[in-house]
Amino acid sequence: MSPLLEVKNLTTRFHTREGVVHAVNGISYELEEGETLGIVGESGSGKSVSVLSLMRLIPEPPGRIEEGQVIFEGRDLLQASKEEIRHIRGNNIAMVFQDPMTSLNPVLTIGRHLREPLQLHLGMSETEARARSVELLELVGIPGAEERLDDFPHQFSGGMRQRVMIAMGLACNPQILIADEPTTGLDVTIEAQITELVERLQEELGMAVIWITHDLAVVARLADRVAVMYAGHIMEKAEVEQLYEDPRHPYTLGLLGSIPRLDEARKEWLTPIAGLPPDLTDIPPGCPFRPRCPYAIQKCDEERPPLIETHTLDHQSACWRWEEVQRDLKEAGEVAEASSDAYRE
Amino acid sequence: MHTNTDGEKPKPEQQERTTMDVLVEVRDLKKYFAITEGIIFERRIGYIKAVDGLSFQIKQGETLGLVGESGCGKTTAGHTILQLYRPTEGQVLFEGQDLSAMDGEELRRMRRRMMIIFQDPYASLDPRMKVEDLIGEPLEIHGVMHGKEKRERVKELLDIVGLNPYFIKRYAHELSGGQRQRIGVARALALNPDFIVCDEPVSALDVSIQAQILNLLERLQDEFNLTYLFIAHDLSVVRHISDRVAVMYLGKIMELAGWKEIYENPLHPYTKALVSAIPLPDPKMEKRRERIILSGSVPTPSNPPSGCVFHTRCPNKLGPQCTRHVPSLSDAGESHFVACHRLSRQ
Repeated sequence: MSPLLEVKNLTTRFHTREGVVHAVNGISYELEEGETLGIVGESGSGKSVSVLSLMRLIPEPPGRIEEGQVIFEGRDLLQASKEEIRHIRGNNIAMVFQDPMTSLNPVLTIGRHLREPLQLHLGMSETEARARSVELLELVGIPGAEERLDDFPHQFSGGMRQRVMIAMGLACNPQILIADEPTTGLDVTIEAQITELVERLQEELGMAVIWITHDLAVVARLADRVAVMYAGHIMEKAEVEQLYEDPRHPYTLGLLGSIPRLDEARKEWLTPIAGLPPDLTDIPPGCPFRPRCPYAIQKCDEERPPLIETHTLDHQSACWRWEEVQRDLKEAGEVAEASSDAYRE
Repeated sequence: MHTNTDGEKPKPEQQERTTMDVLVEVRDLKKYFAITEGIIFERRIGYIKAVDGLSFQIKQGETLGLVGESGCGKTTAGHTILQLYRPTEGQVLFEGQDLSAMDGEELRRMRRRMMIIFQDPYASLDPRMKVEDLIGEPLEIHGVMHGKEKRERVKELLDIVGLNPYFIKRYAHELSGGQRQRIGVARALALNPDFIVCDEPVSALDVSIQAQILNLLERLQDEFNLTYLFIAHDLSVVRHISDRVAVMYLGKIMELAGWKEIYENPLHPYTKALVSAIPLPDPKMEKRRERIILSGSVPTPSNPPSGCVFHTRCPNKLGPQCTRHVPSLSDAGESHFVACHRLSRQ
């Protein structure tokens, strides 16, 4: 069976006055029906741009999708007409954005926000759309849904607004929900409410989810598979338990080792990844992580490692020395230990 | 159950010992902001009770973590302790001297010894100032050093925070988030303070950079015998850096205990929910773990609930006792303090 969504060699650049920003550099992944794919990365890793590209939401200019294919139901979304892509957005693939404070229009009621996609995409009448809006708000757990339709966004709290955003995303029963840092900026107790909501909805409605985040801990719970991005490349991609227990890329290892963890004994010192992410207007040839990598060798300077299969099925790493990473991890016994051995100054 | 209410005075010999190594003591600190209506005839129509009766001590060389969700008053508490806001009520004692009673030159002299590191290194540094002026400003203001001497000190500070001294001629906007936060740290260190309020110092930074700054703060604490009040919403970070942790909710302290106690043996229902809501970077554990999901969100501090402020969201509410009476922060043994009726009843 072919996957629900297939991203192939997606490349997006921004042509700015300061130079060409290489935001996404040939990434490929698949999304199966009903699964949750986590995309993890730090700021500037290209995680948001990659999904905005497949939804064709990149402002052009300065942005340009230079290469690649995004296959959904046998069609390439990157070649689809504006009409077609508008129909797919919201109808088949919906997106929930990071900042619920700014992505709702302050002068429109919550009801109006919810009715719009229903009337536009599904051709419902105003009354039908209103009834469905109430259902949607109830689905995402907003009490007193009927009365709250006439409220404005400022009358909702941050967590409630994010629920409204999710309700809007769900309006047309999409097959894919893309959530771009939907809980960033929310408090932990509210974050727990939102992740629980998405888990429940996914079970009830059977949609596939792409969850984008910088927080390794959030995707540990939600995702079936995880892709780790750095400087516009996918560095590692694996089934979730594999990735956390048996990382095969120095960057993933470093990330897992640099965060303070509640589930482990307190360490006196954290082991940070030294240095800074590269300037995306001037990515050196070779591996983009090379200047910060304790495993780097000559070859990493010269040739960029492709994302290749490792010994475990469906576990891919873009590192020439993934076998050494794996060997060291086996010797150290656990991720935190291996990470601090590798990254110790 | 020992009930040591706030008003009770410690025994004399105890007092002798504690005042020796307590650097900062906060007594029933309150900060209310007036809500006004009208422009010409402004009148008060209510108060936002941002900080509502905090009491705790911070010992010399210790890190006290202050955690809570947005709007709980943790930042206001930090600012009020430093007298950046003057308290509405209560006292802040620094080495036994009451800062809230000081003014003018006297307070200015004390300020050299207490500094703050801000959350957002993008907003807290003037992009048009050079690094030399950013770090040197406190030295200028307090008239400690000028000219060449100041420049040398700035270079020394850059070295201390792990930046190349040649950054001295750079502007803040040329630097990355992590580098900027190092400038913020250097600026706070310039006058050799004793006490630093770290107000969410790593929450605007990327994960791989966070660890760099946390290590730096810890190293500096050892090196210069600093005392920290570490304010943050990220409980994993607070656990890593703190000796003791205070949990705030709607302007009040719900629980205060040693770092290990707070995370391994939380007593207050709010702390329990908070700790259980923190996602763990371990898929196996995460999928098994039971979370306590609190319903609703934090009530507005302009109209806080009666009785225990947490009762509207509390999964273990007892009834009228919780809705009518404010629980006091009482000793549950082993320096573990908790403000909950359920616990003081037993």
